[in-house]
This record gives sequence, structure tokens and C-alpha cells, in this order.
Amino acid sequence: MTTKVGVVVFPGSNCEQDVVEAVDTIGGFGELLWHKDTGLGDVDAVVLPGGFAHGDYLRTGAMARFSPIMDPIGRFARDGGPVVGICNGFQILTEAQLLPGALYKNRGLKFLCQPTMLRVNSTGSVLTRGLSVGDELNIPINHFEGNFICSEQVLAQLHDKNQIVLTYRDNPNGATADIAGICNESGNVVGLMPHPERAAHPLLGSTDGALLLKGLISGD
Amino acid sequence: MNEPLHRSLGLTDEEAEAIEEILNRPPNHLELAMYAVMWSEHCSYKSSRLHLRRLPTEAPWVLVGPGENAGVVDVGDGIAAAIRIESHNHPSAIEPYQGAATGVGGILRDIFTMGARPIAVMDSLRFGRPDDPRSRWIAEGVVSGISGYGNAVGVPTVGGETVFDNTYAGNPLVNVLCLGLMPADRLVLGQASGEGNLAVLLGASTGRDGIGGVSVLASASFGDEEEAEKRPSVQVGDPFEEKRLIEACLALLDAGLVVGIQDLGGAGLTCATSETASRGGAGMEVDVAAVPRREPGMEPFEVLTSESQERMLAIVFPDGLDDVLAICDRWDVQASVVGRVTVGGLLRVRDGIDGPVLAELPAASLHEDAPLYDRPRHPPADWEDLKADAADQLPPPEDVGADLLAMLSDLSWVYRQYDHMLFLNTVVGPGGDATVLRLKHPATGADTGRGLALTTDGNHRWCAVDPRAGTAMTVAEAVLNLACVGARPLALVNCLNFGNPEHPEVMWQFSEAVDGMAEACDAFGIPVVGGNVSLYNESNGHNIDPTPVIGLLGVIDSLIRIPPGLAWSEGDRVIVLGAGSAELSGSLWAASLAGHKRGRLPELDYEQHRRVAGLAAGLVADDRLSAVHDVSSGGLGVALAEMAAVSGIGFRGARIHNHADLFGEAPSRVVAAVDPELLPEVEAAAAATGVTVARIGLATGDRFAIKGLLDLDMSAITDHWRSAMSDFAGQAQ
Repeated sequence: MTTKVGVVVFPGSNCEQDVVEAVDTIGGFGELLWHKDTGLGDVDAVVLPGGFAHGDYLRTGAMARFSPIMDPIGRFARDGGPVVGICNGFQILTEAQLLPGALYKNRGLKFLCQPTMLRVNSTGSVLTRGLSVGDELNIPINHFEGNFICSEQVLAQLHDKNQIVLTYRDNPNGATADIAGICNESGNVVGLMPHPERAAHPLLGSTDGALLLKGLISGD
Repeated sequence: MNEPLHRSLGLTDEEAEAIEEILNRPPNHLELAMYAVMWSEHCSYKSSRLHLRRLPTEAPWVLVGPGENAGVVDVGDGIAAAIRIESHNHPSAIEPYQGAATGVGGILRDIFTMGARPIAVMDSLRFGRPDDPRSRWIAEGVVSGISGYGNAVGVPTVGGETVFDNTYAGNPLVNVLCLGLMPADRLVLGQASGEGNLAVLLGASTGRDGIGGVSVLASASFGDEEEAEKRPSVQVGDPFEEKRLIEACLALLDAGLVVGIQDLGGAGLTCATSETASRGGAGMEVDVAAVPRREPGMEPFEVLTSESQERMLAIVFPDGLDDVLAICDRWDVQASVVGRVTVGGLLRVRDGIDGPVLAELPAASLHEDAPLYDRPRHPPADWEDLKADAADQLPPPEDVGADLLAMLSDLSWVYRQYDHMLFLNTVVGPGGDATVLRLKHPATGADTGRGLALTTDGNHRWCAVDPRAGTAMTVAEAVLNLACVGARPLALVNCLNFGNPEHPEVMWQFSEAVDGMAEACDAFGIPVVGGNVSLYNESNGHNIDPTPVIGLLGVIDSLIRIPPGLAWSEGDRVIVLGAGSAELSGSLWAASLAGHKRGRLPELDYEQHRRVAGLAAGLVADDRLSAVHDVSSGGLGVALAEMAAVSGIGFRGARIHNHADLFGEAPSRVVAAVDPELLPEVEAAAAATGVTVARIGLATGDRFAIKGLLDLDMSAITDHWRSAMSDFAGQAQ
């Protein structure tokens, strides 16, 4: 059965169609969900896409966590459903406390849109379960606030529980411990700053992003 | 001083008299303010219209030519592309961040007004030299403004150009191009028709920002002390409002609820109401009291001429109003009925829908009766002497290598700040000869297997030497840029940035540039589908060099692999397709290193140019080249050094005899790197099309050396290329 991936649209989201396109390309079925929806329908996985939800004027993700759809997403996540936040989606997941830590402004205080080399650090997440530790992936970033920070205690837990999913080879934004993506303890909730949907077609220069997204639709 | 009201609004005495004749009575303050903004240079093109008529505008694939909000061309597969370029020079000079940000916002509205979803933005930016603190402040502000607004509004900035030259020290150029796509059958025009239809104002509330922006800012020159007091005329942008406005407007169009739609840009509500009415051959009653305001106490003339951003005017059927309001509500977009379409052609402004009439004038008179000037023009008095002063007579460089290094700069610090990948179309992004986008159907998302190519080009040095030939060469360069990614040209838009049109020399430059563009477009069979004129680019008595900027859209008939780009491989043979004379006049070398902008430009042979472009496009399409780059600013030297820098592989060359060979900018030449095994085939293809091929060297090793001319370590090339802008951009980490 085709995996149905719900992609949430907040006002100000802008990567939702890209995620749908990439999911469709690799054999899944992407469906848009509206931020005011109070249920998730029959989706098998949820993606919070990149963009600037509610304009991100207050603090990235700070308003979006209050959108009605975040309640069913929280329940879905606690029940073990796959939830992935990409870029702004990652920021929203930390604001909603579905993931620990926070995303600060980049070290260089500039927006960065560029390819990055990532290293798979854990295969315990829903995105990396088909990959091997040490695999290198070429996937672009596109953010101003991608500098992951957390307390030392949280960092120790991320290490101990194998929750650091992806790290940067050449840290572009100053992120703590070169962290590009993390997951919750059970690995079903993942947040990452790089955009896998932007690396899922040969004409875009890399198809490594498809390797991550395939984790979402391969099923258990 | 007590000057008459019309003069303080920017109208001449003759223009004020003409208004009185139209109305058959003296205009009141509000009416005068409305004419003042609509008859401004920015809105009326009163100095340029006469000349623009000489541009070729027709081709079978042109669906909408100049005069609408954007040009529209049929790109096949049931897809139409809307394209427009516009300047935001004057606001950016005063308030760089907001000036540039609102420039992006404005051009996006021009595109989705036509029913198209904006899919790409390009910026053509020109600043004073980075060692001037004020120019740095402007450049950083403009780039941040484009980044801040463009990224958040969710339209990728896929390319453009960034040029630094003293001529722009007091007057930067910020030209923004937008491309949008729509199903070919969904073209929408900005017109109001059908008596009783409603005019609904969508988006932001109206404030006091940008009042008279077109007449105060964009249609007059500046001195230093005037800038501070003009700052309130610059508008403030809100990309989140714009993003919701885009989605709401496209949803309204999808639902078939609008008759016509028009953005509110220069001259605000006055322009949008009168333009939609006169295009539709109708009139309109406008209730100024119904316009949502950001602050209390605004006068009617302020409401009618405010340039507050992120607003659209939709003409809708009364029956559909509830549906319109529901769609706007979904996107949290404010929507207010502010008028209704009438017969008779009068634009009538009331205070309250049945309230007193505040203004009453023929809607069309704001456009059609605008003044048309044939301003005096003549070449510089010493034009013949200037032409005789060739750059070839300049003393040769003491160190050719040092001069080459001084001309290198990596501009990735600019475009790294722009989201250039959104929508998954960008096959070649900023930094190449031209941008390449996958062409997907805007409604179904289906990949057509074809591509679109885009480039923006301008060259003030060429145009300073000879505005006519320089403009023609600019068009030719754009054609070659497209060829280097395997595309053929389809349509051109232009942004004509010139100085004060009241100076006969500036008007002559303008007229010459139009003729040069017309000549080149005719020769290449390219229609001009839209344009924008920015005059009064003058500060403290200094007019900028004439700077016509063009945006050229092309198509790639089969996009099955990423075009070769600039990076060559170890062992590639390096050749030049096309031959050119070694003339230095108009070159970057002459202008930037010797301050010389005189002489005669190298000759442009259209037939030869077409052959070189066709050959290059064909070789790219057939995957015969491992790298390719057109020869333009900085000549062969900069083209080769950029290819070496991008690939990190050196060059060993010969048969480039002197600095004129290396830095001359003769048109119709392309550098190509070729696998040695494919070289005979490439040379045979060139011979078959009558294009000269010169073998000039080999891509190899870690030195950049040309026999008898220079020998540099590759690290010098890459260091200079990368570091030229690094301090400026604050990238030190």
C-alpha cells in the first residue's frame, strides 16, 4: 500500500509542494494538511515543511506551535507515528517540545543557502533506518536560524540515547556538536535543518535526500 | 517660500494648465495630487514613451506585450510565462533594506496580477565601489533586503548580477526581475468591466508610507541634504502579508471569481482604480472612507496616493462577493469593498458610498492625456574626440598577472543569502552564465522534460563608450549566455536606467540605447515584451553611466542533464569559439584599472554572433563540452581565471599574445573545455557552421600560466577570487 504523507501548510510555509513532489517521486503519496485542521485523516506520516510559518516575526516556530493541527500531531507522535520537521518544521518541533533544544541565528549572522555534506550519525531514526552510520550525504541547507543549541545535559542525553541523527562535515552555522538533525528517544520524531526534498532529483545535483525520505515511506 | 501647490507636487505650470483644460475648471487639491502621481515620470513615461515605440514587440508566441503589468509568452505544453523587470533605485539609495525589499514585493505583484504564480526572481544590482563606506552600507542593506523579503515570501532568487563601479556611488541600481508561470488559458488582465461589479481592496491597511513616492523619489534627482527628508517616502515591506496575498489571489483566480485584478504599486489606489477602469472602458466610484487605514486622521489625498505595500485591487462579481471574502478569510487577508464599476468613464471619489464627491475626473485622462515629451537630445560636444581616444593607447600593464587578479571576485557571498533552490526547479543557479530551471506545468506539476533559461545583463562601460553599440552588445551577450546553457532566446524585458532626461546628452544616450536594442532584437528575432524606465539617476549633479539592463528568457528543448557550467577537468583542451579583434575600449581593464571609458567598441557582427551562439547551444545540448563560459567583462583572461577558480584546476596556455588579447571584450566568443577525444568532433562542428576555433591551451595542474604573459600559482587565483569580497560581506568566521 502506498504510504500517505501529510504535509502541513501553515500560512507562510513555502516548501510544502516541494516535499509533496519529492515524496511522490520516490513512490509515496503526499497530501497537504491545513494548519487549522483538527485531525490528520488517514496519513501514515507527517512532515512539517520549511518556510516562515506565520512570518516567523516573533521567534521561528513560536506561533506555529499554537496552530490547531499541532494537537493531533502531538498525539500522533506520542503514539509512535513518524513526524519529520524540515528546517522551519524542525524549529516548530522544538517550540512544541516534541524535540529538545532550539535553533539560533547562524554564527555568521547571514542567511545561508548552499549545499552541505552530512554524515549519518545514527540509524535509529525513521529517516536513517535504511542507511549506515558514517554514510555521507550531499544535501543543501537554507536558513538563517539553523544553529542548534541545547543544555549540556540535553546534549549528553542526545549522545547517550543515540539521538543525533545527522552532523555537518563542515559546520556552516555554528551548531552545537555539528548537529544537523536529531530525533526523539524512540526515533519516530525527527528534526533536521537540511532540505532532503531539494536533493531528490538528478537534475538538482544530488539524490541523497531521497535516501532519507525513503525511510518515511518504506513502512515498518 | 510659497510656491504654487502643483509645483510642490512635481507638476510643471504647463501640466497644471493642461489639467485645468481637461476638467474645464481648476482642479481641487485631491485631483491635483492624483494627476501629479499619475503624470510623474515614473508612472507616465512622459520622456521615454516616444522612443520606446521603436522597439520590436511582436512574435507568434507573444501573448501579452508591453503596457500590461507583465509580458506573457507561450512556452509550450499549455504553459504561459509572465515576465517583468522593474527598478527600485531611488528608494534603495535612501533606505537600502526596505527599498530593495519592496522592490521584490512590487515585482511579485506584477506577476501574480496576471494570474501567474511567481517562480523565480533575479536581481541586477549596481553599487559604488566597496571601499566607499556608504556604498558598502547600501550594498549590504540591499542584499539583506532581498534576502529578508524574498526568502520569507517564498519565491527563489535564482540569479542576477552584482557590479561595483564609482558611477553608482551616489545612485545605486536595484533592478528586480520576476518570472511566473500559469496555464496558458488562465491569462488575467488588469481591467474593470461590467457595471455594478465591485472593487475589493485586498491586503494591508493603508498608511502614510510612500506618499508621492513616484513623484518625489523616482522622478527627481537628489542632493545629500534632501535624502533625510525624503526617507518617509520609502515604503516598508511585509513578506508574510505578501505571501498570504499571493495565495489568496491565486485561489480567487482558480475559483474564477475575479473579472480583473491589479496591484497597488506606484501611485497606489489612484493608479489601480483609474488603470483598471480605463483599460475596461469603464468608470469607477471609489469610497475613500471604506479604505482600511493604519492610522487615524489621514487626508483623502493621502489615502488615494499612499504606496503602502502588499495591497491588490480585485474586480469581482457582486454574486461572488461572499466566496471572495471566504477565500480571503482562509488566508487571513483583509478584504474591503471600496468601489463599484460604473459606465461613462468617470473616476469619482466619494467620502462614504453616498457621501460628498471629493474628486471627479475622466479615468482615462490620468493615463492617455499624460504629457508626452520629445526632450532635446544631442551627443556630447566632443563626441568625435571621445571616439578617437582608444584604450589601446593606454600604457600596457607592468604586471599582467596582477591586473588579472585585481579583476576577479567571487560573488557567492551575495547569492548564498538568497534561497535559490525553492520549488525544485533550479538546475543551474546563480554564478553561471545563465540560470536554468526545470519547466513543470504550473497546475499539474507535470515535468515537461524541457527547461527555461534566464539571464540579466547590463554593461555600463560599453554603454558609456557608445550607448547604441553598447546596448546592442548587451543584448548579444545575453543571447550568448543563454547559448552557454543550451537555450535559445524567446523574449526580452528591459530596465532602462539613465540620468536626468532634462540633460540633452542623457536623452541622446537613451534614444541611442533604444535604437541599439531595437537593432539587436530585430537581428536575433527577439520580441521585447515589457520594460521599465528609470530616469533621474543623478546625484549631486552626476548622472550615472547609461545602464540599460536586460532580462532574457529562453527555452531548452530537452533538459536531460545538467549543463556543463564553468568547471573544467584535468586534461581538457581549452579552445575559443569565435574570433574577435583585440580592442580594449569599453573593457573592464580600461575602466577599472585606468578609469578610461572612451574610444570605439569592437564590432558586433550579428550573423557571426548567431553562428557562435547556435554552435555553443548545440554542443551543450549534445553534451560535447566539459565546460563553457562566454567571454565578456574582463575578456578572455577573466573567463579563463573564473573557470580555473571554480574547478580548482590550472591552465597552461599560449597564443594569447598581449594584454589586449587577454582583456579585450570583443563579442561573439565562447571559451570551451573539451575532452581531447571529442576535440576533432567539436572542431568539425565549428567548421561546418563557419565558426573559427582557436586552440589556446590545456586545463591542468596548479599553475595559471600563459606563455610570455603571466605565470601565477593557482592559490593566488582562488585566494583573490574568494577574498575580494569577503571582508566586505562580513564572512570572516
